[in-house]
Amino acid sequence: MALTLKVNGKSHRVEAEPDTPLIYVLRNDLALNGARFGCGLAQCGSCTVLVDGKATLSCVTPVGGVTNAEVVTLEGLGSIDNPHPLQSAFIEEQAAQCGYCVPGMIMGALDLLKRNQKPSEQDVRAALAANLCRCGTHPRIIRAVLRAARAMEKAP
Amino acid sequence: MTQLTRRQFGAAAAGGIVIAFSLHGRPRAQRRPRLAGYLAQDRMLDAWLRINPDGTATVFTGKVELGQGILTALAQIAAEELSMQPERIVMISGDTARTPDEGFTSGSRSIEDSGAAIRQACAEARDILIRMAGERLRWSFDELSVQDGVIYAPGMRTLSYAELAGTVDLHRPATGKVAPAPAGAHRVVGKPVKRRDIPSKVTGQPCYVQDLRPPGMLHGRVVRPPRYHGILAKADTAGAKALPGVVAVVRDGSFLGVVAAREEQAVRAREHLRRSAQWIGGDDLPDRGKLYGALVNAESEDTVVSERKTPPPGIARVFEATYTKPYTAHAALAPSCALAQFAENKLMVWTHSQGVFALRRDLAGALKMGVAAIRCIHVEGAGCYGHNGADDVALDAALLARAVPGRPVRVQWMRDDEFAWEPYGPAMVMKIKASLAGRRIVDWSYDVWSNTHGMRPGASGGNNLLASWYLAQPLAPAHGGGFGAARNAAPLYEFPGERVTNHFVAAAPLRVSSLRALGGYANVFAIESFMDELAAAANADPVAFRLAHLKDRRARAVIEAAAKAAGWRHGPKGDGMRGRGIGFARYKNAASYIAVIAEIALDRASGDVRVQQIHVAADAGQIINPDGIKNQIEGGIVQATSWTLHEEVKFDAHGTVSRDWLGYPILTMPEVPQLQTVLLDRPELPPLGVGEASLGPAAAAIGNAFAHATGKRLRDLPFTPQRVKAALA
Repeated sequence: MALTLKVNGKSHRVEAEPDTPLIYVLRNDLALNGARFGCGLAQCGSCTVLVDGKATLSCVTPVGGVTNAEVVTLEGLGSIDNPHPLQSAFIEEQAAQCGYCVPGMIMGALDLLKRNQKPSEQDVRAALAANLCRCGTHPRIIRAVLRAARAMEKAP
Repeated sequence: MTQLTRRQFGAAAAGGIVIAFSLHGRPRAQRRPRLAGYLAQDRMLDAWLRINPDGTATVFTGKVELGQGILTALAQIAAEELSMQPERIVMISGDTARTPDEGFTSGSRSIEDSGAAIRQACAEARDILIRMAGERLRWSFDELSVQDGVIYAPGMRTLSYAELAGTVDLHRPATGKVAPAPAGAHRVVGKPVKRRDIPSKVTGQPCYVQDLRPPGMLHGRVVRPPRYHGILAKADTAGAKALPGVVAVVRDGSFLGVVAAREEQAVRAREHLRRSAQWIGGDDLPDRGKLYGALVNAESEDTVVSERKTPPPGIARVFEATYTKPYTAHAALAPSCALAQFAENKLMVWTHSQGVFALRRDLAGALKMGVAAIRCIHVEGAGCYGHNGADDVALDAALLARAVPGRPVRVQWMRDDEFAWEPYGPAMVMKIKASLAGRRIVDWSYDVWSNTHGMRPGASGGNNLLASWYLAQPLAPAHGGGFGAARNAAPLYEFPGERVTNHFVAAAPLRVSSLRALGGYANVFAIESFMDELAAAANADPVAFRLAHLKDRRARAVIEAAAKAAGWRHGPKGDGMRGRGIGFARYKNAASYIAVIAEIALDRASGDVRVQQIHVAADAGQIINPDGIKNQIEGGIVQATSWTLHEEVKFDAHGTVSRDWLGYPILTMPEVPQLQTVLLDRPELPPLGVGEASLGPAAAAIGNAFAHATGKRLRDLPFTPQRVKAALA
């Protein structure tokens, strides 16, 4: 059936069953890569997007449930030419190895920074506890989030 | 996978690089030029690089990006030798139609192999370009220099590479007669150049196989048996075919898969097939509780890895200990994925395989096609840390794409496909017996039992792609041999008497292959744990005890550097809650030297071990990219912390029980230690592989810190709360 979705500020019409996991619509219909498939089981955080400002796992969120919501993916934050402070901080800290977990980390961090502009290292660790990284890039990810928090405080 | 690679690719790689030294230490006259890495085999310069009219150079490598930053580091090497900015280097990697075959991207060998080949090829290309310019302008070659691809005579610009691109002929063999830039002149090598792939990865650009969506693409899923070697009796293929969006249901023997227009439709059809399928037979797995005893008592092929006989002294105390490591999973963050397309009897495969040429050989075997009709192109996947499902899913995609000619099919394994079917790092048992005379180890006997650590595709005598074993005309896997278990089994320490034996057990109940560091993780854990046990028995400081048995100056230097960085003091036991320990190894006894000091805190009530702080010192020879090396070393330590504290593939009689992240927990953000890394740069020495070097030392350092804290020794991996509490009881 035809559904209307608002993603990254734009309205999109897609043909999909309402129980389709949001991740497949974002990735396949809208060609957005930010939500990454890691488990499909709400266990790894790779597919995190914001739904009405809240970090949400798109692999277990039926698309039919978000047709009246604002969905934001990694692409909604910034671009290579005009990156969001979180994206800049991840580049500055070289906070990636394979990088597959990074979109979920950034979306989780964005959710944190909306609630807490001056997070401690412990706050960052706790906020990203459910986001798995297999390469062991965690220390750099923590540094990147703290760097972004400082940058966003200076230039809100 | 060095040994397999050499075997498969013939002796040519070794043949060209033989160099003999006279007694005076100067190279003797050689019949053949000395060519680095696979340049000895793929000798034409234009196989490795091209100069483009737009001011860029394209560099071709058989090694692939796995998240280790290799394409950035190789571009630095090329930029250095060509005297260009690294931004002007375009990297093409892992494409059977375009790049050299450099074996697998494995064994921490990419800088040592591909880096050396690219360094030499680019140095020769630069020489050719300068000489061309000199001839055209009638300038003496010696007076010309290059800055960012522009050739200068004293005080004036002459020609650029871009202007010479149309006429320069690089289709000529490397001579080995041009010296690469000396370390003292390096401008790009040794600098923390930023990774070229990270901006795309943090902004959602298409980066991975999963992001490929060519027009007309269909989605595939596969259905595996409930246990190894299960035979498919029946499945409701007609019912699946009738589901919305389903384009094809493919059954070939016991291989079962589905192709659908939309991804969620493929997932639903997979579920329908899975529920309706009836399987018979299949393997019974052994009792996990009796695994290690069974391994030691199994029939084995025994190889003496090293032996040094010195009559034991009269008075010595003898110590013995046994250490174990369970099956462990690569557990890539993304399940494996591939895209395949059949058109005009040709097959294209986009894959995150670590060896596209080897994959192509096994695809050809399984599909009964010629290799010339298949092209495999590397595209990144999630980090793999060794041989996971990447190659298998490529065959799955090809088998499904063959049912829908002309249409590209992307197959994404589900989470349980990856956990249940990837080849694991094998279980291992290490037994050590040593004689201590005073504070000196005078005799050392080491035995390791393991299945093979090498079952990658492309090996002779079989096919190592999963689906090929389940086809109506099934193929058999190749014989892995005793590969990998003895990695780092021989200690770098020098003992008067030593005997190291590898007991290769061919019978493997679970599917196994290469996982990061291979046997090196468990061997270093065992050796370095036992060194601490012996130091304690000798009432010696663990750092001093190691140094007393080591002559290698680089080894001593990293241990001393780590001890200094950590403020190591010879101290009494910890307070029962906190402790510190050291672990050291030179990876493969031939690559990087790494010493790790861990500080842990223990919750005695819960049995939780928390690694709080890690100090690491590393000597990787000449450093190409210091930040890249740190990222690899630190990532390895965090991964090893996860392996050491948490990881074990659980199985019962029917198969793997660990089929998701709840069944296979890994280290989480709050548990990750603080890390401090010291790099000892040796710009005058060859670069050494580093990607796998930190894992064994980290495991040992954590175990030794636990023993320091508590006086109790954990010899069985992982250090679960249950084991910790049992040790403290």
